[in-house]
Formats: sequence, C-alpha cells, structure tokens
Amino acid sequence: MALTDLHTNRIDLKLVAEMVTPGSRVLDVGCGDGELLALLADSRHVDARGIELSREGVAGCVARGLSVIQGDADTDLADYPDDSFDYVILSQTIQATRNPRLVLEQMLRIGRRAIVSFPNFGHWRMRTQVFFMGRMPVTDSLPYAWWDTPNIHFCTIRDFVTLCDTIGAEKERAVALDAAGGKVGVSAPWWLWNLFGAQAVFLLKRG
Amino acid sequence: MSDLSPSLADPLKEANEPSSLVARFGPDTPLLMDCGVSLDHWQIAYQTYGSLNAARSNAILVCHALTGDQHLASRNPITGKGGWWTAMIGPGKPIDTERFFVICSNVIGGCTGTTGPASTNAATGKPWGLQFPVVTIRDMVRAQRHLIDSLGIESLFCAAGGSMGGMQVLQWAASYPERVFSALPLATGAKHSAQNIAFHEVGRQAVMADPDWRGGRYLEEGTRPAKGLSVARMGAHITYLSEPALHRKFGRKLQDREAPTFSFDADFQVESYLRYQGVSFVERFDANSYLYMTRAMDYFDLADDHGGVLAKAFAGTKTRFCVASFTSDWLFPTADSRAIVHALNAAGASVSFVELESDKGHDAFLLEEPNLFATTRGFIGAAARARGI
Repeated sequence: MALTDLHTNRIDLKLVAEMVTPGSRVLDVGCGDGELLALLADSRHVDARGIELSREGVAGCVARGLSVIQGDADTDLADYPDDSFDYVILSQTIQATRNPRLVLEQMLRIGRRAIVSFPNFGHWRMRTQVFFMGRMPVTDSLPYAWWDTPNIHFCTIRDFVTLCDTIGAEKERAVALDAAGGKVGVSAPWWLWNLFGAQAVFLLKRG
Repeated sequence: MSDLSPSLADPLKEANEPSSLVARFGPDTPLLMDCGVSLDHWQIAYQTYGSLNAARSNAILVCHALTGDQHLASRNPITGKGGWWTAMIGPGKPIDTERFFVICSNVIGGCTGTTGPASTNAATGKPWGLQFPVVTIRDMVRAQRHLIDSLGIESLFCAAGGSMGGMQVLQWAASYPERVFSALPLATGAKHSAQNIAFHEVGRQAVMADPDWRGGRYLEEGTRPAKGLSVARMGAHITYLSEPALHRKFGRKLQDREAPTFSFDADFQVESYLRYQGVSFVERFDANSYLYMTRAMDYFDLADDHGGVLAKAFAGTKTRFCVASFTSDWLFPTADSRAIVHALNAAGASVSFVELESDKGHDAFLLEEPNLFATTRGFIGAAARARGI
C-alpha cells in the first residue's frame, strides 16, 4: 500500500502501518494518544485495540472512539490468551518497559507477529554526546534529562537483534530510519544501520 | 403541571399506579425468577426520552442504581426534583436524546411502579411485603428483557449504568449478548465484595431492628420503619462518598452554633447532612424494597454462574464494552473494574477501560464529571458510527 494515503507526519508510524495486513486484529501496546491506532483503523481497517499507561492518553483515545485499556505493558499482557491478535505493536515504548525481554516474549505469545519500533541508542549523535561531552544524550527525539526520563532500558539496534536471537524471534523485516526519516540502505550491513539509524522498526514472528 | 407549585405524588400509590409509563404482563408472560417462583401478574414502570428510529436500532437502556428509579432525566413525581442523571442525558448531552431513544425502567423488586414488596399481591389483595420472592440482578434483567420485547426492540444499541446499574449492564451482556450492541458499565463489579455485603447487612439490620417494621408487615399495619431505614441510608451514604469530598464539604464545621453543645444533637454539619439524607430517603423509598435491592446486589456473582471463570460469561461476545472506574471509589474500587476488563480481554471482547480521576467517591458517576462525559460521548459516538446510526 502506498504511504501517501496514510495521513500522519510520523514516518515510523507509516512504516509500521505498512507492515500490517488490512483487516487484521491489532494490539498497540503503549498507544499514547492513539495516533497509530486511528491511522490503522482508518487506513487499514483493522480491529484496533490499545493499552496505555497514562490516564490522559486512555481518556483521549476513548473520547476519539478507540478501544483502549488503561494498563501496564509489563504486567497486563499476561491477561491475554495465546494468539489473540494478528499483530502486537510496541511503538517507541520498549525503552520505557521494566522488563523488555518479558514484554517481547508476551507479544510473540499473544500475537502471530510483533512489530517493534524504538530509538537507536547506537546512533552516531548519541555516541558523540557520550564520547565528547561525557553526558547522557538529549536529542530532539529523546528530549529528556537522565533524571526525569520515562525511558529506563535503552538499547542499540545490535542489542535488539541479540535479544531477538536470545528469545528465538525470527526477523521478517527490519528497517532503519535516519534522523531525517529517510531509510538507511536496505542492503547495508548491521554496523552501518547501528551508526546511522536514528530509529528502527522490526517485524518479528515466533522462530 | 407547574414546577413552581409541584403537587407531589404519594409513594404508596406510586408503587401500584405509577405516574410514568407502565407495561403490564399477565399469565401468558410470566416472570420466571431465579428463586424458582414464577410471577404471573407483574408490571414494570418505565420512562422514555427521545424517539425510536425506523430501524429500531438507536435504543439505549439505562439501568438505575440501588435506590434509583425510572425518572432518569425528568421530574421525579415523588420528590419533585429533577431526574437522577439529567447531567448525562438530554438533548446535546453525552447520551443525546435527539439521537437516541433512551429507556429507563424501575427494576423488579423496586417501589416506584414495578412489582415489588410494596405492590399489592393480586392473590391476597394485600401488599406483598416479605412474601415477595427474593430478587436477583438476573431477575431484574429478565424483567427488562420482557419490557424491551414489548417495545418491539430486537437489539439495544447500548446498555448503560453505574453501580447496581452496572451489574445489570454486565448481566445483560452475559445473558443476551446478541441483543446488546454496546455496554457501558460504570463504577461497578462482577461481584459484590464481602465488605459490600457487610455494609448492606448493617443497613438491613437497622431496618429490621425498627419496631415499626413489624416483621415486614408495616404497610398492612399502618406504620413505617422510618428510623431504621433512615439509619440504613445514613450508613450507606457514607460509603458513596470519600473522605476528601466530605472534608471539602463539611470538615469539622459546626451546624448553626458557635460551640459544641456537649450533647448528642447534630453539632457537626456532617451529622445534620446525614440526618437530612436519611429522612428525605424515607419519604421516597420503601423499607422492604431496600432489603430486596441490597440482597440482589449481595447475591450478584457473574463468575460463579459460569464455573468461577468470569471470561466464560462473555465467551464469543461481539458487544463493545467501555468500563470506567473512579480513583476515589472505595465501594467499587478500580480493581473490580480491572477484573471485568481482564475477563473481557480473555474472551477477546472489544473493550475500553479508563480509571477516571475524581475525589468524589462512588457517587462520581452521578455527578458532573467532565472526563466521564468525554469518555461516554466518545464511546457512544464511536459505537453509533459502527452501527451506522
């Protein structure tokens, strides 16, 4: 499906939406204000559900007519039966979970596919800030000081690949986006992705 | 009838001859109750707002709470006050009567026109009193289903309600899933907790300890257990509020005096408030009906009806749910709502859940809470789009 008929400015959301088969059942974990859910419902006609920790986020989602449950990704995924969804999505949220491995395992249990997008801590800007300034990086996409960030488990693209291998998740597709939102060369080696990808989107299935 | 000089209806007369709509059923439509009794002469009093569309697809059933009635959004003939959910229901309001056909019935066992202990038993010509069969939430829903049938409505667009009304909403969704397109259970639980049963028992004992209760035959004997019922209401009323709400409203302020009287008068404002609540409740509610209503809530345990697994109550449901709780509700705390949501998830149901911020306690669902209104409006609006209304 062409990206042009997806009405959002967030290139990562467009990428995620592209990976979802129209008409499928989708759970968005950490759905925030529901932008991705609304996009999926409108453009992919999916049966879209969400989980969101913040009361404001949930209230906003319900008010715009989305099916969203206030809950915690770290604990509440256990309540869903196996294979409840075609896709379970974790968009820009894995770094805020207490137990990313468990969350990923649960996603692959309750969904046939998992889609994970996350900011790459191995990006050259991050590395430069740590290396030259000796300080925790603060960027446009991660605008928090170390002491007030909701993000507690940063990883690099390579780290994430290692986690996938550890839990036996098969990588069906992977895309890295540079800071401007362009795709980093599809055939490029992992080290190049890890250096120039500001964020990454992975489509996973059980191995 | 002018609102300036309202002539108030007699509660005793209202029990049999309500000043609202009423559907009467005879032996061809008996009400089969959980306790095994079959009522073959019974009636259900109700009010409607808005109009049913040609497709009969826009009906919203609102289920009332413990001491509520059918006077949802219009003047109550007994108290002369406005309906109990006028903030929520009306033209342009979150449940918009210009768009939806809203029905509210008095539940079976109630005392404002639906058959209950204060009604006359056709077989004896006397008030039913304690001879009335014990009522369950499922009985209430069964009676409502007969009403909905008689109105020619195949499927409700939505069943909505808080507290005991929320229990009915859950029961509707469990008993007749194909007849409920969407469900909005608020500030409720799939079972009544031990603590809640305990509070109810205190209330019932207060009623029964009143010598004017006369073993439940007070209507025949011309007395009323006003003191007992008033105490029951005072106790229950505390559970509907929260400490912050009580504190904000009354604190430790004294009532009409500068210093304590060193007596057991209502020195504190909160005391005189509770006494007022108790007395005004007695004017509009039947003591035996209070016993039956509280009992119905106590018996409610939806999981127990399904082998202890709540998810089975909702297996295969296509109903869209929106569950909401309030942060300061200690009668039906958020954990109760979460248990419902977990079960709905396990059943694969479409469900939204939000814990709404409020310091007003359990009663918050009856009050003007902007976030409750936004949630309701959003949920109903999305469900209406999905149903093509």
